[in-house]
Amino acid sequence: MIKEVLKMVEQLEAEEQALQGDAPELALRRRQLERDRRELLESCHDLPAEDRVYLARHPRRPKIDDYIAAIFTDFFEQRGDRQCREDASILGGVALFHGRPVTVIGHRKGHNMQESMKYNFGMPGPEGYRKALRLMEQAQKFGRPIITFIDTPGAYPGKEAEERGQGEAIARNLAEMSKLDVPVIAVVTGEGSSGGALALGVANRVLMLENAIYSVLSPEGFASILWRDAARSQEACRVMKLTAQDLKEGGVIEQVITEPDGGAQADPGALFAQVDKALQKNLEELCGMSAAQLREQRYEKFRRIGRGTEESA
Amino acid sequence: MDLKNLLPRGIRPEPKIEAAKRTIPKAAWEQPEMITCKACQRRATRANWNRSLQVCPNCGYHAPIGGYYRLSLVLDHGSFCELDADVQGTDPLQFPDYAQKAADQTRATGMKEAAVTAKGTIGGMPVVAAVLDSQFLMGSMGTAVGEKITRAVEYADREKLPLIIFSASGGARMQEGIFSLMQMAKTSAAIAAFGEHGGLYISVLTHPTTGGVTASFASLGDIMLAEPGALIGFAGPRVIEQTIGEKLPEGFQRSEFQQDHGFVDEIVPRSEMRDTLEKILRLHERKGENKTA
Repeated sequence: MIKEVLKMVEQLEAEEQALQGDAPELALRRRQLERDRRELLESCHDLPAEDRVYLARHPRRPKIDDYIAAIFTDFFEQRGDRQCREDASILGGVALFHGRPVTVIGHRKGHNMQESMKYNFGMPGPEGYRKALRLMEQAQKFGRPIITFIDTPGAYPGKEAEERGQGEAIARNLAEMSKLDVPVIAVVTGEGSSGGALALGVANRVLMLENAIYSVLSPEGFASILWRDAARSQEACRVMKLTAQDLKEGGVIEQVITEPDGGAQADPGALFAQVDKALQKNLEELCGMSAAQLREQRYEKFRRIGRGTEESA
Repeated sequence: MDLKNLLPRGIRPEPKIEAAKRTIPKAAWEQPEMITCKACQRRATRANWNRSLQVCPNCGYHAPIGGYYRLSLVLDHGSFCELDADVQGTDPLQFPDYAQKAADQTRATGMKEAAVTAKGTIGGMPVVAAVLDSQFLMGSMGTAVGEKITRAVEYADREKLPLIIFSASGGARMQEGIFSLMQMAKTSAAIAAFGEHGGLYISVLTHPTTGGVTASFASLGDIMLAEPGALIGFAGPRVIEQTIGEKLPEGFQRSEFQQDHGFVDEIVPRSEMRDTLEKILRLHERKGENKTA
């Protein structure tokens, strides 16, 4: 459904741009188009899960470098895992957030095909996760808070990735992140799929954009494993509880960040302002906590999730 | 439409009702005398398979075994004491048929969940041991497995006991969605805290260990052991082949491959597992502490 709406919006935009000149009837038509467009976008409320999946993967959805450019200043990129290679599908470095030095790490997706290929569509190998861990340990050394941005279809299921220990790299990140003494905030901005997403997600606070998704596997993978039919992914979207609203109710995330009508790509500026506000608020709260409190709060947050039931036989 | 249905009732042949065959598939008397090996396709008698601890007498293939049987092979006789036996999973997604499927698995295997955790001794030294059982929903990790493993780790931490986990799992359990994924963080965090307090964790990888279990507690052992020929990896071989568009070489992601790539300390045949564990435990024994059960 959202797909059609966005297509109509695009048509209106194209028409609006095609109207050149200052004639009063043209101005009137422009206003009309603008109003139609806004009405269309405003109709995008309470979207079903499959529409949110579509928006989460929208090619024009803001990527990590857009967030860094908009919210942070003086970003200095750090590269390489110091063992064998640089994995460009994870972007990380130091930056100032309202004057405070922080470490920023996240999955990197491209804005076009060429970039996407270069960044392996945001699917890191073990080197990417090891780089992320290296930067986190450095943040700990210098007492910098860590902010991660999660947006990945999953860890890369390739031959070399397996040879170099994809599983071990993710496991190590989960274990080490749980021990960090500095505040960690994770923001799920697009798709957060499987262990490849969680490997940057062991945070004190997990925030999620309204139309982002976070799940055990992509809906396609889920459908193909459980029903042996990837074509049933729409159905999977509905049962998986992968939307921000579902996860907030399930106690997996702490805060849903509102997106502009029609999705993040419709008005990135408004979105960045929301993300900035949410980060400031959460960072403020976390910076008041001691190292021990931060660790305990993070441990307890994950410890609480899914405790099973116990009924004696 | 079947023409027979048009005939008057008296002449119409009655539908045949076949009496259900009365078999109890798990019962010993219903099982065949000869067992065909899944790896080499050769046959051996059940008695020989039993004698070799379910390792193929012909090719050495280590067949998956149940959790309780696994523990009986390593723990001292009579020392087994199960922990958290009543922990069961929930159905957070209300996933169609999941509750029924889990109940069927319980009936078929006698297990409430895919993990068994216990306290026991090996060579007189007390340990906490956990096993994932691939017979129960492929040993997949849902909330109950995550909870049982975490409790076992926390118990070992409190009691200052060494921890041994035998993994065999298809990964995170799909039917419990994101809540399964979060068990990876939960178990890994527990292992991390246990390690910080000086606890010894021996991780034993058995066939098959994949997905979210490989990418969490199973890869975090101080000592990493594996059974011969076990499939160990994050992504499954089929997914990798689809991604890269080529066949994987023989032995890819097997125990020997993982050892060659630096992820496994030692490959230990099933018959030597108990003695190897005892040796490692002795090497880590702390003087004056926990000498006897």
